[in-house]
Amino acid sequence: MTTVPTPEDGAAPEASGAGAAPAEDPRAGMATATTVPVTPMVEALEVHKSYGRVEVLKGITLKVMPGEVMCLIGPSGSGKSTFLRCINHLEKINAGRLSVDGALVGYRERGDRLHELREREVAGQRTEIGMVFQRFNLFPHMTALENITEAPIRVKREPKDAARAHARELLEKVGLGDRAGAYPNQLSGGQQQRVAIARALAMQPKLMLFDEPTSALDPELVGDVLAVMRQLADDGMTMIVVTHEMGFAREVGDAVVFMDGGVVVESGDPREVLTDPRHERTRSFLSKVL
Amino acid sequence: MSEQVSAQTTSAEGEHRARPETIRAVPVRHPGRWVAAAVIAVLLAMLVHNLATNTRWQGWIINQYLFTSQVLHGLLATLWLTVIAMVIGVFGGVILAVMRLSENPVVSASAWVYIWFFRGTPVLVQLIFWYNVAALFPTISIGVPFGPAFHTWSTTTLVTTFAASILGLGLNEAAYMSEIVRAGILSVDEGQSEAASALGMRRLLIMRRIVLPQAMRVIIPPTGNETISMLKTTSLVSVIASFDLLVSVQRIYNANYKVIPLLVVASIWYLVVTSVLTVGQYYVERHYARGSMRGLPPTPPQKFREFFVRHIGITHAAPVIPERDTGGAGS
Repeated sequence: MTTVPTPEDGAAPEASGAGAAPAEDPRAGMATATTVPVTPMVEALEVHKSYGRVEVLKGITLKVMPGEVMCLIGPSGSGKSTFLRCINHLEKINAGRLSVDGALVGYRERGDRLHELREREVAGQRTEIGMVFQRFNLFPHMTALENITEAPIRVKREPKDAARAHARELLEKVGLGDRAGAYPNQLSGGQQQRVAIARALAMQPKLMLFDEPTSALDPELVGDVLAVMRQLADDGMTMIVVTHEMGFAREVGDAVVFMDGGVVVESGDPREVLTDPRHERTRSFLSKVL
Repeated sequence: MSEQVSAQTTSAEGEHRARPETIRAVPVRHPGRWVAAAVIAVLLAMLVHNLATNTRWQGWIINQYLFTSQVLHGLLATLWLTVIAMVIGVFGGVILAVMRLSENPVVSASAWVYIWFFRGTPVLVQLIFWYNVAALFPTISIGVPFGPAFHTWSTTTLVTTFAASILGLGLNEAAYMSEIVRAGILSVDEGQSEAASALGMRRLLIMRRIVLPQAMRVIIPPTGNETISMLKTTSLVSVIASFDLLVSVQRIYNANYKVIPLLVVASIWYLVVTSVLTVGQYYVERHYARGSMRGLPPTPPQKFREFFVRHIGITHAAPVIPERDTGGAGS
């Protein structure tokens, strides 16, 4: 994890730089050749985003390395979800650079000009980025299994049998092996969200984005979803998680980023940021949610 | 009494207690319902009596003409007109709706103008226009715009009365259907398209596989309405053509002056077709309700069979029951 020198180490008061890889990462031992530079999975440089005159993101700079789990926390309206949606180009950024696995999101750079990608190319980029939504957004007219196989069959043109077999494996993995034939509204919120995770995984993404995946769930159902996400993190998936689950951020996150008012206020090792924040805003936010 | 009850409920904490007796209250009387029922019953009796005794209805004529080939041919033509006009209407409507929702301002504006025009002028005018279109364009040709033509047809041979009827009804219907389809598309939660695009699906695929199937729930009831309405609107073609159901009975009563009985004949057929369409609509709606209810409620025949099983005890109809299992919650 410590293979890439981060721009600034430790003290970064205004903290536009983030993604500081934690020193005692449990998977650090897996990092192979220490000299080979690894392309960051997500790299944001001064990302700005406005809706009309309202600027929602005011220069976000951060970096997520492959295999890393980054948790985005912050009050509502701080721009966390907007930033997440920029990563798979559901929102277009207005300024700055945002790349996934070395490739700009939604654009191609030719000379010193940016060219918008065609719809087909954007769709192609998205197939490698899984996304899980707060409100699940399962397709209600399809069974759990059909929800999962839809994109592999229609987009990746996988043979139907193979797609179904893979979907069943994934359902098994999220603990819903027996609910393949159920329609979304026959499932509880927690089950729906787990199907949604399986649906995203079916495309075999290299990056998973979670937009407050447990915020719409009954408290007793949160644990099942978090367990699946934890499992995913242990399998080495690169994840960016917008969440209010501080326990999850502390235990699973390799890095935590606190956003407020469209900027990164503070970032770093979750155990440090969450227990001993350097900034007053972080401290007051944490005192309300913890 | 009431105190006793409240005391019982509060002290119920885990205590073992007897179930209170089942309430047997005196029901509220509804004298108004009885009066209304009586009035309706009398009116109904008068109607039946009139039908049975008033010879001017000439029931035997109705009987005589209901299945004559002239009437049946008219019925067939009416059905064809309805089907073809509705097919044009539905497909045209989907295309226009997608065009109106397009980000391309030229495309969206042209759909808007089409709808504005075809909704804003009477169908009757449009029918007569298409019937007389040859006066405006004597020939129709395929070729380079403003350049040479590859092939030319005479408009009168191309736009027959049937074609004019189809054009008039179908193009008009497309304008109405497009608004219905658009409402359906807009009714689908935006999160659906978002989730689909996040999976790498492209716009047309999302429309076809994700949005339209869900929009169908909103689209179908008014489309059923439109179909039934179309069935009757086809009678307007009687001003330009001479083949639909209404024209056939008109021709008969012009010869024999039995106006009312023959109008009853036509009405019976319109009612029969409408009833069939209504049943069809019920099953189509049911099909697209998949996933929107915890389970589908039983169809009327299923309810009927179940009623028999439960009350009369015919057990060989039993296979219906297990299927009902999932549907139970929905009803």
